[in-house]
Amino acid sequence: MNRSTIDLWVGIFVTIGFGAIVFLALKVGNLTTLNAAPSYQLEARFDNIGGLKPRAPVKAAGVVVGRVSNVRLDPKTYEAIVSLNIDNGYEFSKDTIASILTSGLLGEVYIGLESGGDMQMLASGGRIGKTQSAVVLEKLISQFMFDKASAGPPGGGK
Amino acid sequence: MPMSSSPVLPDALGRGFRRIGAGTINAFARIGFATRFFVAVLLQTPAAFLRLRLTLREIYFAGVLSLVVIMVSGLFVGMVLGLQGFDTLNRYGAGDSLGIFVGLSLVRELGPVVAGLLFASRAGSAITAEIGLMKTTEQLSAMEMMAVDPLARIVAPRFWGGVISMPLLAALFSVMGVFGAYLVGVRLIGVDNGTFWGNMQAGIDFWPDVTNGIIKSIVFGVAVSLIAVFEGYDAKPTAEGVSSATTRTVVGGSLAILALDFVLTVFMFRGIGE
Repeated sequence: MNRSTIDLWVGIFVTIGFGAIVFLALKVGNLTTLNAAPSYQLEARFDNIGGLKPRAPVKAAGVVVGRVSNVRLDPKTYEAIVSLNIDNGYEFSKDTIASILTSGLLGEVYIGLESGGDMQMLASGGRIGKTQSAVVLEKLISQFMFDKASAGPPGGGK
Repeated sequence: MPMSSSPVLPDALGRGFRRIGAGTINAFARIGFATRFFVAVLLQTPAAFLRLRLTLREIYFAGVLSLVVIMVSGLFVGMVLGLQGFDTLNRYGAGDSLGIFVGLSLVRELGPVVAGLLFASRAGSAITAEIGLMKTTEQLSAMEMMAVDPLARIVAPRFWGGVISMPLLAALFSVMGVFGAYLVGVRLIGVDNGTFWGNMQAGIDFWPDVTNGIIKSIVFGVAVSLIAVFEGYDAKPTAEGVSSATTRTVVGGSLAILALDFVLTVFMFRGIGE
C-alpha cells in the first residue's frame, strides 16, 4: 500500500478515535456540567446522614443547585459534617433548612434546601444552622411498634 | 546398597519428578526472558517514534483494519444490551434507567474488555504470525547480520502501534454500543429520548468512569501487544511453531485481559461500599 494512503487512513482512524473519546466525555459522561459552573462551599451538620454519599445532588425546590463534596464525622460531637458545593448564582438565606431526602422509595439520597425569610445570605464557607436528619426506616418502624405496644394489646383486651 | 531394590517405581517416579522440575525451570526461564524482552522493547521506544513511518504503518494494520470488526461488534453488543437491559430493568419499573445501565456497562467494562478480546484475536494473532514467520525465514537473523536491531526495526513499532490503537478502538466500541442501545431503546422500544441521554449524563462522570475505562484499555493494549510480539519473537522457527505461537497469543492475551480486568476493577472500585 502507498505510504500517503496509509498516512491518510491512520489520520482518519486517530481522528475518529479521539472523536469517540470526546463523545464519551461530553455526551455520555457529564464533563460539561462537572466543571462548567464555579461554586462556593457551605457546611451542614446532621445527626444522621442515612445513605448520603459524596457527589449526591443538592436540590432546592427540586432543582439541582450543587453537589455534596465531602462527608466526614466530627470526632467530638459525633455529628456528620457534610460539605456542599453550591453553584455560584444561587444564594440561600441564613435560616435555610437542609434536610436529607430520598427521591421515591428506592431512589437516590439527596439534600433538599428550603430557603427562609432572612435577608442575610450565607457566604462562602458558611454553615447551615437548621438541619433535618435522614429518616431511618428501622427507627421509624420500632417507634411505631413501641407506640402500639404502650397503647395496650390490640382489640382492647378488657 | 543402591536404591534399585525395586527398580520400577523409583524410575517412573524419578522421570515424573524430572519432568515437573524441567517444566518449572522452563516456565521461570520463560517469564525471565519475557521480562528482559519487555524492558528491551521499552528501551527501543525512541526508535519507534524516530522512525514514525514504521509505527504509522503498524497503527494502520492493527488499528485501521480492525475498525470494521470493532464497530460492528460494538453496535450489536449495544443493541443486545439495550434489549436485555430494558427487559430486566422494566421488571422493577426502572426502564427509564436504560441509558445509565448501558453507558456504565460499556464505558467501564464491555468497551475495554470486548474490544481487547477482539484486538487480541484480530491484530495480536497477525503480529505474532508475521514476526514468527520472519524468524522462520531467517529475516530477523539477516537483519542482525546487517547490524540492524530487529527489536528496533520490527518489534518496537508493532508494540507501540498496538498500544496506541487499543484505547482508540475501545472508545469507538463504547460509542457504537451506546448508539446501538439508542437505536433499540429509543427508536424501537420507545424509551424517551431525553430520559435516555439525561439519565446517562447524570449517572456517568468523565472522572472516574470514562477515565477508568481509558486506563483499562491502555493496560490491555500494552498486555496484548507485548504478548503478541513476544510470542512471535519466541516462536519455534517451524510452521508448527508459528501456528502454536499464534494460538498462545490469542489464548494468553484473552486470559491476560480478563485477569487484568479483575485486578484493575478491584483497584478502581475500592470505595464502592462506602
